[in-house]
Amino acid sequence: MSRITLSNLAHSYLANPKGDDDFALKEMDHVWDDGGAYALLGASGCGKTTLLNIISGLVRPSQGRVLFGDRDVTDAATTERNIAQVFQFPVVYDTMTVRENLAFPLRNRGMDAGYIAKRVNQIAQMIGMEDILSKKARGLTADAKQKISLGRGMVREDVNAILFDEPLTVIDPHMKWELRTQLKSLHREFGHTMIYVTHDQTEALTFADKVVVMHEGRVVQMGTPEELFETPAHTFVGYFIGSPGMNLLDAEISGSEARLQGVSVELGAVYGPTSGRTQIGIRPEYVTVSDEGLPVTVKRVEDVGRHRIVRAELGGQPLNAILPEGMAVPGDNARVAFAPAKINVYANDWRVAPSDIGRGA
Amino acid sequence: MDKTQNNKAWFLVLPVLLLVAFSAVLPLMTVVNYAFNDTFGQNEFFWEGLGWFEDMVSSERLHDALGRQILFSGIILAIQVPLGIFIALNMPKKGFWSSLVLILMALPLLIPFNVVGTIWQIFGRVDIGLLGHTLAAMGVDYNYTNDALDAWITLVVMDVWHWTSLVALLCYAGLQSIPQAYYQAAKIDQATRWSIFRYIELPKMKGVLLIAVLLRFMDSFMIYTEPFVLTGGGPGNSTTFLSIDLAKMATGQFDLGPAAAFSLMYFCVILLISWVFYTVMTNLDREENR
Repeated sequence: MSRITLSNLAHSYLANPKGDDDFALKEMDHVWDDGGAYALLGASGCGKTTLLNIISGLVRPSQGRVLFGDRDVTDAATTERNIAQVFQFPVVYDTMTVRENLAFPLRNRGMDAGYIAKRVNQIAQMIGMEDILSKKARGLTADAKQKISLGRGMVREDVNAILFDEPLTVIDPHMKWELRTQLKSLHREFGHTMIYVTHDQTEALTFADKVVVMHEGRVVQMGTPEELFETPAHTFVGYFIGSPGMNLLDAEISGSEARLQGVSVELGAVYGPTSGRTQIGIRPEYVTVSDEGLPVTVKRVEDVGRHRIVRAELGGQPLNAILPEGMAVPGDNARVAFAPAKINVYANDWRVAPSDIGRGA
Repeated sequence: MDKTQNNKAWFLVLPVLLLVAFSAVLPLMTVVNYAFNDTFGQNEFFWEGLGWFEDMVSSERLHDALGRQILFSGIILAIQVPLGIFIALNMPKKGFWSSLVLILMALPLLIPFNVVGTIWQIFGRVDIGLLGHTLAAMGVDYNYTNDALDAWITLVVMDVWHWTSLVALLCYAGLQSIPQAYYQAAKIDQATRWSIFRYIELPKMKGVLLIAVLLRFMDSFMIYTEPFVLTGGGPGNSTTFLSIDLAKMATGQFDLGPAAAFSLMYFCVILLISWVFYTVMTNLDREENR
């Protein structure tokens, strides 16, 4: 087990990348602490799997170094890195039994037979497959196969890290929850570094201590679920996390006031002058529908059970608000108010920190 | 459950049945007719019963040909199947080179059988053939027209040249169907090259390998044109395989009765062995699924 450092790393699948657009992964510096549970979150095609394959050595980065602890492993083959990885679709060795499948990584490392038997039983118990250990893997269902893959990923105790590449895609929803909880408890028990790739925010937020959000080949934010929710560093994080995502409204900022097409909104902090496209971001959870405030046109109201989502327009820009249960549905002349401390300011998609440190987030 | 039974759709098969009857069944019946009768022409037939069959079963000549045939098919399979797998494993998987190799591999398969025979007949000649002449110049005593062993080697090499591509291409198709994730997982699990072959590649190739073995067995067991052109069954009778012997008997000596009985048994033997092959291999498959 060791800390994983990505230094100056970038990757392109082309032989001679020219512009920034040719890179699947843009240059990044990054440290994954030993024993951390990370989730790598992002839309499809944003470079999550590429990053994972670089760490496991299946892909060699075009530039930069990968370090395990203090050892440079950039040029080390996958087999030398001692990493476990679970793929999106189940990979089992068809002709082997479940037991042989689980024992395979241990046997390849020449472990002692008694230890293998003990360890395989332990893992089988974790994934709930003790009864079918002697069955051939071929005839099993997709989720049983994926459980074997997960088991094979966890069977080695001395791995540097366990990487999961959207491992629960093929699993039934109720099993998903169960397996995720199990992974989490395994993490607590053994303390392996775990990196979990997903495009499902619930999965990421429930699994990880730290969530890494990627967008177009770049890591845009790394933080706790709370940080991602309260202070998204990039508009993508704001809109990707949360349901519905953060409201983003074009505005002009002067001091602690934002002007939105003639109306002014109070901010929770003082900001210096901004350049480029300036927006304010406010989560629907912090938008209150009331009798006072900014006038909006309500387009429709969606009832999602536990609360209602008001889809409205503010001066031509879409705005969502969450209406707690029991509140009256607003009429045509609805008005909304923003919680000043929860407003973030963005210039060219990146968050602008308030100029008076100590207030705001 | 009360399902309505309606088998009228069978009538739709009738036209094909008629076609097949004219193209295959009726000619076959003529052979059957010859096998049980004796004739001196003029459409006059004398009942022979199982006489021709008894003659053929106890015929020394047929036993020898059958022995040669089994030996030939055995050698062919023992070389072509492993060699085909080996080639498939080492073929480039994508890009320009893969297309080029595929075309080159397919070439021998496109050459007509008698042309293949002619190519090797000339290629192996000691006076003008590149192979024969070179071997002679190197001091190797090689002459496929005189020496039975040389004739066999030439025949086997020719068949390997002609047909290994088929096995290789089938295996290649099987290999291409393996998702990349399997190889990646094997790397993660620190599997050796042999384990990858044994546990990932071989199981995925099994289906196509079964077809390859069946096709190569049937084809090599029925081989006629190439040895006929290359050696004509000689020297002596050393490369007279079943088909060549049959043709000699039927069109050479005009022994139509024995030849007809012989060809019926020949047909049954191929059918039987193919069936056994198929059953054994699919049963192995089922056993593994358990």
